[in-house]
Amino acid sequence: MTAPTLAPPTDLSPRVRSLSPEDFATPSGREEEWRFIPSGAFAQFMAPIVGAGYVTASGAGVSVVPIGELTSSWLPIDRPSAVARAHVSHAIVLEVPADHESTEPIHLKLQGTSSIAYEHVEIRFGRFSKATVIIEQPGESAICGSIVVTVGDGATATVVNVSDGQRTLESLLTWHADIGRDAHFNGTQVSLGGSRLRVLPSVSYLGTGGNAQLLGVFLADEGQFMEHRLFVDHDRPNCTSNVVYKGALSGEKSHTVWVGDVLVRREATGIDTYEINRNLLLTDGARADSVPNLELETGDVASAGHASATGRFDDDQLFYLQARGIDEETARQLVVRGFFADIVSRIPDAQWQADIMGRIGARLGVPVEIGGDDE
Amino acid sequence: MSQLVITDLHASVITDAGEREILRGVTLTLDSGRTHAIMGPNGSGKSTLAYVIAGHPKYVVTSGSITLDGQDVLAMSVDERAKAGLFLAMQYPVEVPGVSVSNFLRTSVTAVRGEAPKLRTWVKDMKTSMAELQMDPAFAERSVNEGFSGGEKKRHEILQLGLLAPKFAILDETDSGLDVDALRIVSEGVNRYREATDGGVLLITHYTRILRYIHPDVVHVFVGGRIVETGGPELADVLEAEGYDRYVAASA
Ligand SMILES: Nc1ncnc2c1ncn2[C@@H]1O[C@H](COP(=O)(O)OP(=O)(O)OP(=O)(O)O)[C@@H](O)[C@H]1O
Ligand SMILES: [Mg+2]
Repeated sequence: MTAPTLAPPTDLSPRVRSLSPEDFATPSGREEEWRFIPSGAFAQFMAPIVGAGYVTASGAGVSVVPIGELTSSWLPIDRPSAVARAHVSHAIVLEVPADHESTEPIHLKLQGTSSIAYEHVEIRFGRFSKATVIIEQPGESAICGSIVVTVGDGATATVVNVSDGQRTLESLLTWHADIGRDAHFNGTQVSLGGSRLRVLPSVSYLGTGGNAQLLGVFLADEGQFMEHRLFVDHDRPNCTSNVVYKGALSGEKSHTVWVGDVLVRREATGIDTYEINRNLLLTDGARADSVPNLELETGDVASAGHASATGRFDDDQLFYLQARGIDEETARQLVVRGFFADIVSRIPDAQWQADIMGRIGARLGVPVEIGGDDE
Repeated sequence: MSQLVITDLHASVITDAGEREILRGVTLTLDSGRTHAIMGPNGSGKSTLAYVIAGHPKYVVTSGSITLDGQDVLAMSVDERAKAGLFLAMQYPVEVPGVSVSNFLRTSVTAVRGEAPKLRTWVKDMKTSMAELQMDPAFAERSVNEGFSGGEKKRHEILQLGLLAPKFAILDETDSGLDVDALRIVSEGVNRYREATDGGVLLITHYTRILRYIHPDVVHVFVGGRIVETGGPELADVLEAEGYDRYVAASA
């Protein structure tokens, strides 16, 4: 057994990081990190699952390697991620070579070898490379695992992770990016599918001048539970972070949770950080929890702010649009499209923008195009 | 030639405390090409009448009827009424964050006309209409009514009136919140609509000043949820001089 690493005692950073599941107690539901989780949810991932498979992928530059050959130093942050890391048999590794500039996005379509699968994905952007990676999570497997991204110095990296699995599946995903000196990282999470989905994106910095954009859209409808819990760890000077997550909810008992933890450590002087979560309730019966947390250990920052707002698509808005001849479905579509457009349009590929808007539209029961002003 | 007929209309507002009757027997016939002014004191139910015609879900019709060329308006959904040719310019236009004016207008025009306007003529039409109302082209990219001043919201309503070219337009206090210049610009927009389409107008107002620009054929006095007197344009002058006190006292 490796000895658990103990993080410095702050409110926000995970206290324990370890490869050993035993180093993490099984949550009771009273812990801060688990308090929003419906009772019984994700319980299957707290202990090894007999017969679980792994997540695989194919494509140029992708290799699937036995987990033992993995060299990265990333450590799990909670019990499910540690169980998955301990029991996943293979890892998917994607290398973007140094100085490589790819104009076409790299499409990483993942597949589970079984109906429940452990996942471990590593993406390494070499120094001064520039590329966009679109990860499509498996549609037909419940998954538990991690995505680990390293962005080399001066690189410009975009990773879009699309979680759009079948509506019966429960999935749990940790994804972390280490951002090199003067590197740019755009990590966009698109959450549409699953019965219950929990995503934990985090970033930390390997040098000064790093820039992180953590963006997300989520759409939950009847009975769906989604939690996005972010952690930005400002541990170097003069870096920036910008977090924008937008969620739309509709239907009875749809429930989303967004927690944005931003920790600015003593050494992280001159940083600039802003985080915002906006939620749009399309119908009654939906619940959106939103908790931004900003912890400053130094006052010597360029700028630090956070915001959270939950609005309602109300009867008067609907009436106004309908009074102009627009039917109810199209009215909702207009509002949701407008709401998500500024995030989706930041994905640096028009086809994927259209694809994701299309999926959002499909979820709403109507076709949605982005832009909308073409013939 | 179209006709909007309202017969003995009774309607209530649905509130948390229950239903409360506001309209108490409104009867009115409006023909294409005609302009009727409805004038009345605050709280007399003018906006309620406008909302009930447009189909706002907060109000319930308890008896009476509304027909458009013989078709039962009360049986139509809100968007069906708009497609049938009814337009309501609201006293307080609603803000719809995230939806751009240009996208909204195009979607609306497409729905009402039943087909998407040709892109080239559409862009030109929108630009011309905005210029006529002295609206900055930048409004096209802003969210619908969000952060618009009172006057800008009213211009935006009249912009829609021109583009949608309905059979009948109900203008609910389009004049309120406008300075003299804006009042003239907005009134000219209404007059252009009247000339271009021969549409009928129900002009709801509290004050007579808009009637200097938009000349009504008929003036109704609206008090206590019904029309209590009907006359020609000269009735407006009487109201201007004497106010509503006489009618309010009589209906109380
Ligand atoms: N949603 C509502 N809840 C409660 N009361 C309402 C509601 N809507 C209208 N009313 C009441 O109905 C009456 C008529 O209101 P309405 O807005 O139709 O008057 P109005 O003639 O348009 O007045 P104004 O000149 O001030 O615009 C008022 O007493 C008002 O308070
Ligand atoms: Mg009114």
